Order: sequence, then C-alpha cells, then structure tokens
Amino acid sequence: MAQYAEANGLKRMGARPALLDYLKETFKRRDFAFAISAYTNEAANARTALGKWWLILLPTIQAATYGLIFGLILGDSRPQNFLPFLFTGVFLFSFFSGSFSSGASSITSNGGLVRSLSFPRMLLPIAAVARQFLNLLPQLGVLAVLLLVLQQTISISWLAVLPILILALLFASGLAMIAARLTVQVRDLSKLIPFVTRIVFYISGIFFSIERVLESVPALAPFIYLNPIYDFIELTRGALVVGHQMTGTLWLACSIWATVTFVTGVIFFWIAEERYGNE
Amino acid sequence: MATSKKPVVVVDDVHVIYKVFPGGKRVGGARVKNVRISKKVKLREVHAVKGVSFTIYEGESVGIIGSNGSGKSSLMKVLAGITQATKGAVYASSRPTLLGVGAALMPNLSGEKNILLGGMALGFSRKDMEASVEAITDFAGLEEAIDLPMRTYSQGMSARLRFAIAAHRTHDILIIDEALAVGDKAFKNRSQARMIEMRDGAGTVFLVSHSMKSIKETCNRVLWLEKGDLRMDGDPDTVIAAYEKYVEDSAN
Repeated sequence: MAQYAEANGLKRMGARPALLDYLKETFKRRDFAFAISAYTNEAANARTALGKWWLILLPTIQAATYGLIFGLILGDSRPQNFLPFLFTGVFLFSFFSGSFSSGASSITSNGGLVRSLSFPRMLLPIAAVARQFLNLLPQLGVLAVLLLVLQQTISISWLAVLPILILALLFASGLAMIAARLTVQVRDLSKLIPFVTRIVFYISGIFFSIERVLESVPALAPFIYLNPIYDFIELTRGALVVGHQMTGTLWLACSIWATVTFVTGVIFFWIAEERYGNE
Repeated sequence: MATSKKPVVVVDDVHVIYKVFPGGKRVGGARVKNVRISKKVKLREVHAVKGVSFTIYEGESVGIIGSNGSGKSSLMKVLAGITQATKGAVYASSRPTLLGVGAALMPNLSGEKNILLGGMALGFSRKDMEASVEAITDFAGLEEAIDLPMRTYSQGMSARLRFAIAAHRTHDILIIDEALAVGDKAFKNRSQARMIEMRDGAGTVFLVSHSMKSIKETCNRVLWLEKGDLRMDGDPDTVIAAYEKYVEDSAN
C-alpha cells in the first residue's frame, strides 16, 4: 500500500514535515502570528475604560510599587540610580516571564484553533512572544522618558538596546517553545510556572544590587552570572543606566544563551509537532 | 492494482485507540505508547477505528455514514493529519482540510477577526483576507453579527462562519464532518452548491452526515463505518439501503 501510494505521488499525512519545510511554512504564515498577538491584546483590554493605556500603566504601576516598597526597605543600601535600575529590571523581567507563561499556555489555551485548523503549531508560541514584545515597546518609551528626566542625558550607548532586543527575542522564543511543548505533554507543569517565575525574579537582581550580595557569599557568583535573565537585564542596564557597563562577557553570555535556547526550542518543539492536535 | 484511475487518498489499515482514565481524563491522545497502569486507576482502551483501508480516486466525493460512535470523526481527524493513527497510515495528494463542529476559533474575538485569522492560518496573506472579508461574511449570512465576539454565536452561526472561511479557498481535499447539520435551510442550499462546485472542479469532498438526503445529493461513493469497522463501501444507493435496513433491524 505504502509503495502504491508513493508511486502515485501521495504523501503520508500527519507525518512531521522536514525541519526546513516546517520553518518555511511557519515563516509564510507570519501574518497570522502578528495578527493573533495584536488581537489578543485588544480583546484583553476591550472591556476597560482606559483600554490600550493599560499596556503602559500596568507595568509602570508595578515598577513604582516595587520602587516604593523596596526603596524604603533597602534604605541607603539601594543601588545607585535606583529608579532607572529598577524600571529596566522590571520591564525586561516581565517580558521574559510573560513570554514564558503565555508561551507555556499557547497550545493548551488555543484548543479551538488547534482542533479546527491545521497550521504549523510553532506559530502559537511565537505569537505569544510577539504579543509580549509589542507590550514591551511602549514600556521602553516610559523608560526613555524616565531616563531623560533623571539622568538628563541621551547617550549613544542607548542604540545598543536594538541588538539586545533581538537577542532577547530569540531567547524568549526558544523559552516559549520549550515551555509550550512541556505543558502539552505534562499538564501538571503549568501549576509550577508561577513559582519558577517568582524564584527567578528574586535571584536576578531586579530591585537590589546582586554584586553586594556576592561580596558576602562569593561562592554563589557562577550561578548568578549564568542566569540568563540576569545577563540580559544587566546588559540592558549597561546600555541605559549610568554607572553600569556592557562588558564583553555579558555580550557573549547573552549571545550564547539566545542562540542555544532558540535552536533548542525550535528543534524540541518541532519534534513533537504531530502530537499537538491529539489534545 | 491494475487501474488507470489516479488515487487521491490511500488509507492503509488505520487503527485509532484512545487511552482514557475512567472519569474522563485522556492520556496524551491517541499515541501513548508506555502508560503505567497502577492497580487503583485502571486505564481503559477505546478502540475507535479498527483497521480501516480504502482508496479514493480522483473525482470521487465520498459520503461517510454510520451510527454515533462508529469512528467516523476519529477517522476523519486522522485523514486531516490532526491526530495520528495508533497504527497504519494515511497517504494523500495534498493535506486535507477538516471542517467539523466544535468550539469557536478565538471565542473572544469578533467574527470578522476570526475570518482574518482563520484565513491567515490557512496560508492567505493579510491583504487577501481583508479583501475577502465581505464575501465570506455574505456567504455565511452573518452581516449583522460579524462585529460581535464569536463566543456569542449559536452553534449554527459558528459552523456557518467556519464553513465560509474554509470554502473561500478551493481545496483539493475537503472533509466536512457534520458541520452543516446545524445550519439553516438557506445556508444548507448555499453550502451544498459550493461543495458540488468544488467536487466538479476536480476536488475531493468527504461528507460525514446523518442526512441520507444530502449524502445522496453530493456523493458518488459511500463508506459505511460501524463500531470502528468498514462495513460496506460502494455506490450511494446500495450502501444507504443496506445501512437503513440495518438501522431498522436494530431498532426492532
């Protein structure tokens, strides 16, 4: 039967397409990923009076709350340039954690689409990351205003944010694809996501200077510096916040994290392509 | 096989087995290999399709009939590549599009945005879809509800919208799984005309239905599935007559 079918030019259905064909198909439908992320945002804010403004208000209020609480608690030991330091950390962190958690639920929460239409499923985690990225952009605008007000200078090093964002996008997409497949196969993992996110939040030096902690416990250094979230946040601070440097090590760490996570994510997600519709 | 007819779909000994925890929790769909069965929770196997084989040739439009739970929808999902056969394989000249009843695509978005998204998922560009939103809305007969979120649609409205999106493109192979049963009379006529048009344009249409009338009107071959087995395969009149006799006999 199989030979007869192949002799007549028929292809096996449901079989996973070759990686290159798969990526081509995915790329061809990129419009879909962008549209779905824009629409999901609209729908999420459609019933509020302030609508789109929440995209800026929410993270700003969040960062300001952290600033108020931790600023008071830490007192004199808070890092220099505290507000730019904190806002950079909170905004970047919410991009990564958002990509991770919405990437994780991207297949399971879009059951209607997955069961009715066949399209490369990779579009769903990618759309989740695109949505987080669209939300990050206005936050960067807020950050720019804050920097202008508090630091009173514009620096050429701000331009470095562009390549950093590209690396961050690659890293977040890889993360989202890995999380998406894991949640489909082991639903229970979705329960743990909030805790993982919290832990990473506390070890990434978002509201305190991690260097200061390391002065007392230097043995922790390798673990802290290997944390990709820390690397990305610190590199971005190097570009924006006075008193922080973009070191070669940080660039290297971020580039490696981005490449390895993205490639792993694509392959890991693609291998299970034929299984996503079974749910 | 000494025939000169060109095959479009070859179904080779397809089995679909679902593994389900009593209580409803499905274990990773139809493709689970190693499942640990503890003594307390016994895993139940549901053998939905039990080794079905057939070949469909160019220019055929195929009706699929059978009682509820006979494996029709399971088989169609495998045909469309949405689920994997536990055993066996399906070969096709191009990827079939499956249209079934079911949830809204994106329940919180308006019908219009669902049209755009659905079309883009099927591979159209945004421009193409923006140009055809109106035609699709007209076809679905949803002019008045198109700006409402899809979750507010009735089953029939939602099925109409999905058929209109899928029918917008000419498919080489289209599978319609009872999706039209919920539509109203006017829409049934419109969709049937579109199906016949597709069939005549050298496309292959699979129609799963409990309406023998619409099967007779659209199909020139009928497969009868019963409890996961292919009971009969042939021209519509013969197979439908046998099926109706079987239904009558089992009713008595």
